[in-house]
Amino acid sequence: MDSAALTTVETAKELGLLPEEFDKICEVLGRTPNFTELSVYSVMWSEHCSYKNSIVWLKTLPKEGPHMLAKAGEENAGLVDIGEGLACAFKIESHNHPSAVEPYQGAATGVGGINRDIFTMGARPIAQLNSLRFGDPTTDRTKWLVKGVVKGIGNYGNSFGIPTVGGEVYFDKCYEQNPLVNAFSAGIVEVGGQISAKAQGVGNAVYIVGSSTGRDGIHGAAFASKDLSEDSANDIPSVQVGDPFQEKLLLEATMELAKIGAVKGMQDMGAAGITCSTSEMSAGGGVGMDIDLDKVPTRQDGMEPWEILLSESQERMLVVVDKGREAEVEAIFEKWDIHCEPIGIVTEGPYVRYFWHGEKLAEIPAESLVLGGGAPIYHRETREPAYYAEYQNFDMDLVPCPEDLLSVAKELVRLPNIASKHWVYDQYDSMVGTKNRSTNEASDAAIVNVKGSKRAIAMTVDCNSRYVHADPEVGTMIAVAENARNIVCSGGVPSAITNCLNFGNPYNPEVYWQFVGAIKGMGKACEKFATPVTGGNVSFYNQTQIGNRIEPVFPTPTIAMIGLVEDTKHVTTIPFKAKGDLIYMLGTSRDDISSSQYLVHHHGIEASPVPFFSLEEEYANQEQLKELIRKGVIASAHDVTEGGLFIALLESAMQGDLGFDITTDVEIRPDAYLFGESQSRIVVSVTPENEESFIDLMMLNGVEFDLLGHVTKGAIRVDDEDWGTVSDYAKPYQNALGEVLEG
Amino acid sequence: MKFGVVTFPGSNCDQDMIDTLRDGLGCETVALWHKDRDLQGVDMVVLPGGFSYGDYLRSGAIARFSPIMEEVVKHADRGGYVLGVCNGFQILTETQLVPGALLHNASHKFICKNVFLRPASNLSPMTADLNENKAYKIPIAHGEGRYFADEETLKLLNDQGQVMFRYCESDGAITDSANPNGAIQNIAGVCNEGRNVMGMMPHPERAADENLLNTDGLALFHSLLNHMVTV
Repeated sequence: MDSAALTTVETAKELGLLPEEFDKICEVLGRTPNFTELSVYSVMWSEHCSYKNSIVWLKTLPKEGPHMLAKAGEENAGLVDIGEGLACAFKIESHNHPSAVEPYQGAATGVGGINRDIFTMGARPIAQLNSLRFGDPTTDRTKWLVKGVVKGIGNYGNSFGIPTVGGEVYFDKCYEQNPLVNAFSAGIVEVGGQISAKAQGVGNAVYIVGSSTGRDGIHGAAFASKDLSEDSANDIPSVQVGDPFQEKLLLEATMELAKIGAVKGMQDMGAAGITCSTSEMSAGGGVGMDIDLDKVPTRQDGMEPWEILLSESQERMLVVVDKGREAEVEAIFEKWDIHCEPIGIVTEGPYVRYFWHGEKLAEIPAESLVLGGGAPIYHRETREPAYYAEYQNFDMDLVPCPEDLLSVAKELVRLPNIASKHWVYDQYDSMVGTKNRSTNEASDAAIVNVKGSKRAIAMTVDCNSRYVHADPEVGTMIAVAENARNIVCSGGVPSAITNCLNFGNPYNPEVYWQFVGAIKGMGKACEKFATPVTGGNVSFYNQTQIGNRIEPVFPTPTIAMIGLVEDTKHVTTIPFKAKGDLIYMLGTSRDDISSSQYLVHHHGIEASPVPFFSLEEEYANQEQLKELIRKGVIASAHDVTEGGLFIALLESAMQGDLGFDITTDVEIRPDAYLFGESQSRIVVSVTPENEESFIDLMMLNGVEFDLLGHVTKGAIRVDDEDWGTVSDYAKPYQNALGEVLEG
Repeated sequence: MKFGVVTFPGSNCDQDMIDTLRDGLGCETVALWHKDRDLQGVDMVVLPGGFSYGDYLRSGAIARFSPIMEEVVKHADRGGYVLGVCNGFQILTETQLVPGALLHNASHKFICKNVFLRPASNLSPMTADLNENKAYKIPIAHGEGRYFADEETLKLLNDQGQVMFRYCESDGAITDSANPNGAIQNIAGVCNEGRNVMGMMPHPERAADENLLNTDGLALFHSLLNHMVTV
C-alpha cells in the first residue's frame, strides 16, 4: 500500500476500524486521512492501545493511596513509596495472543516488554512473576504450549538476569486454544530519580535507541484486538522476536542515563512501535514531534514508511534528550554498543508529524490518538449469562461424601492445579541478584530483600478464575483478598495492586457482564485492603472453540500485589518448623465444597457457585494475623486455597519435612472440612512455649480459630487414622506435573 | 587480597559477586570492564555468571576473544588467581585455562535450584579448608553445565586432585540422582594443574548472605582467602 494514498471507509474496515470511527477521524483532521494516517489511528484506537471498551469501568477503580507516587496511566507503570527514599515501580501485562500462535517468542517478548516498562522509568528491575493458564495438560497441544511458554520466559528472563520469584500455573480446558501469559516485573528507583514518559522541551532531540526496525510485529496491537480463531496462525508474522542480550544492554545504559539526568522523557516501544511512543509521549507532555522516518535504522531494505511506523520490533526505546547534552547520552550508548540515532525533534505541537525524505507523510494531533484524549470510549451492553443462576442451584447434599477420604487426598495431590510446579519454576533463575529469599524457604508471597536495608518487598500474583467465572464480583474480591492474604502470611503489609484483565469478546454482553462484575468486586476489595490500582492492562478477545461452540475463557482478572515488609525479622514462611508445634487454623470451617478442585475433579461437577467469602471476615482475619506476626508468636503461616485445608497442611508439612496429626470437626462434613475451599482461612503453627501468648492474642479480637492438632516427625494422622507419612505424598506431589507434561 | 570482577556485556552475576566479596567478606574489590586491558593489580580475577555477549553461539565462545581475556590469560600464566563461576567457568573452558568442556544439560532444560556439593580434593585454595565429608548446599542456574572431558584428561584430573567438587545428595552420597545436569563423574568444578585457576558451575556467591537463609558458600570463600598467596 502506498503510504500517501487517500483512504476510504473500506480501508478503515480492513484495518479494523468501525465506519463511525472513520467518520470521526475525518472530522478530527478536517480531511480524509491518507493510508499512513489511517494506519496510525487504527493501531492507536485498537482495543489494545485505547482501552475503548474498558476505560469507562477502569476509571471507577480506586487509584488514590498514601504511598502512590505515580498514579495509574500517568507513567509507564505505577510507582509506590517504600520508605527510606526508595520507590517500587511495578506492572503486569498480557501477551496472550502471540503466545497462542508462537509460544516461545510470544512469552519471551512479553517478559521483555514488561521489564522495559519498568526500567525506562529509571527503576532497576529486581524481580519478575508470571501467571500462566493453559488447557488440559494431557493434550499434545497444551504440552507444546507449556514447554514453549516456559522456555520463552526462562530463556529471556534468565539471560536478562532478573530473577523470576513466583507466579501461578493453572490448567482448565477453557484455555485450550487460548493460553494466558501474564508477565509482571517490579523495580526499585530512588524517589525523584525516575524518568518520565512525557516528552519535554521544545527543540530537544528525539532518539530511537536499541535494535533496528524490521517488519516483525506489524499490526500486533490489532492482532491482539480481535478474536483468536483457526486463522490466527496466519498472524504469526504479527509476533515479535526477542533479544534478551540487547535488552540487558539497554537496561544497563538506561541506569547510567538515569544517573546523569540528561533525559527529558523516555518510553519503550511496545505495541504500535514508533506510532505509540511518539504520540503518547507528545500528548503526555502537551507537545508535538517531527519525526524523520527515513532516519530510522531498518533491518531490511525497502520498508514502507507506514511499516516503519507500525513495526513492533523489540528492544527499542524512544528517548528525548536535553538540548546540549546529546554527546553525553550518545557516549553512554556507545559504551554499551547500542545503536542510537536522532530521528526527530520535540515541537510545540499539537501535531505529531512524520516525514519521509523531507516530505510530510502524516500530520495528526497527538491528543486525538491517545487514551484520555480523542480515542473513542464505548459503553457496552451487559447481560447476565444463564449459567450464573444455574450455578446457584447447586445442592451439596446431592453430592455423596466418599467413604475413603485418604484416596481422595492422594488423588488431589497429583492434580496439575495442586501438585508442585517445580517442573516449571526450576527452569527460571530465581536467585540471580541475591535478593530473593523464597527459593531457600518459601512464604505465601515471594520476599525480595532490599539490599542494605532491613526492608523487603513481598510480591504475589493470583486469580482463581473458576471462582470468578462462578461469580465475577465475589470471585474478583477473592482474587484481591488472596493476594493480600499471601502478603500478610509472609509478614508484609499490602501496598498496591496491578491487574491484567483477561476476558472474552467485549461485544458479547455476557462477557461484558463478567467484566463489569469483576471491576466492581476489585474496586470493593481494593478499598477494603487500601491497595490502590496502579495500572495494568486489558486483554479482550480470549476464547476457545469447544466442539462447535466458541467459549470465552474463564473471566481472568489476574491480580498482582506488592506489599512492604518493614523488617525482615517479621518474614514468616510456609514450612512447619518442629515436631510438637501446635497447629491452629484462623478462620471458620464451613460446609462448603463449591467450586473446589475436589468437587470439579473428583465428582466431575462444574456447576457450583463461588465458595463462601466475606470481605469483613477476611479483613479481620488478616488484621489478626498481622498482629500475631508482629508479636512473634507463630512459627509458620500458610493460607488455605486450592485443595482445601488438607493440602495446605500437607504443603507446610512437606516443605518442613515433617508430618501432622489432626482432628476434624464433627459439625462439618469431612470432605468439606478437608478439601473444601471456603475462604479466609490460614494454617499457623505455634511452639508450645508461645501457645499461651498466642491464645491471649486470639481472645482479644474475637477472630474465630481452632486447634487442629500438632506437628509430627513425619507421620500423617487424621482422626487417629494412619494416613501414611509425608514422604508418601511428597513424591507424587513433586513429580505429577512433570510426568504429565513429559509423558 | 584484591579482587577484580569482570563485566562482560550480558554478565548478570557481576554485582552479586562484588556484593559478596566487598560487603560480605570485606575484601577490596574492583569492577573490570571487558574492553579494558588493565587488571588494576588484582590478585584474583573473577569471571562471573551471566550470558556474555548473549551466548547465542556457545556459552563463553565469544567472551574468550575479548580484550580483557587476553590479559586474564597472561595473569593466569604468571600464576595469578582466576575464579570462574557458571558462565565464568564456561569462559575458562573455552579459553582452555581449565581442561574440559561444558555441554547442554542432559535434560536440555535450564535448571535453577539448590544442589549439594562435596569437596573432591583439598589441593585447591577454594577447597583446602573444607570438610571432605560435608555436603555444601550451593545453588546452580545454568542451561549448559554438563561437564565433560575425555578419559585421559579425567584420569589426570583425578590423579592430580584437580577435581574440586562433585554433586552429591544432602547426606554426601555421590549418586546419579544427585547429578543435576549429567556431568561426567558428577563433576561440578575443576582447577588447572597450577591450582591458580578454578572453575565451577554452582554459585557460591548466592549462598553467602544470612538474609538469604543459606551461608554454605562462605566456607568456600574463606578457604580461598586463607590459601591464596600474593604472587
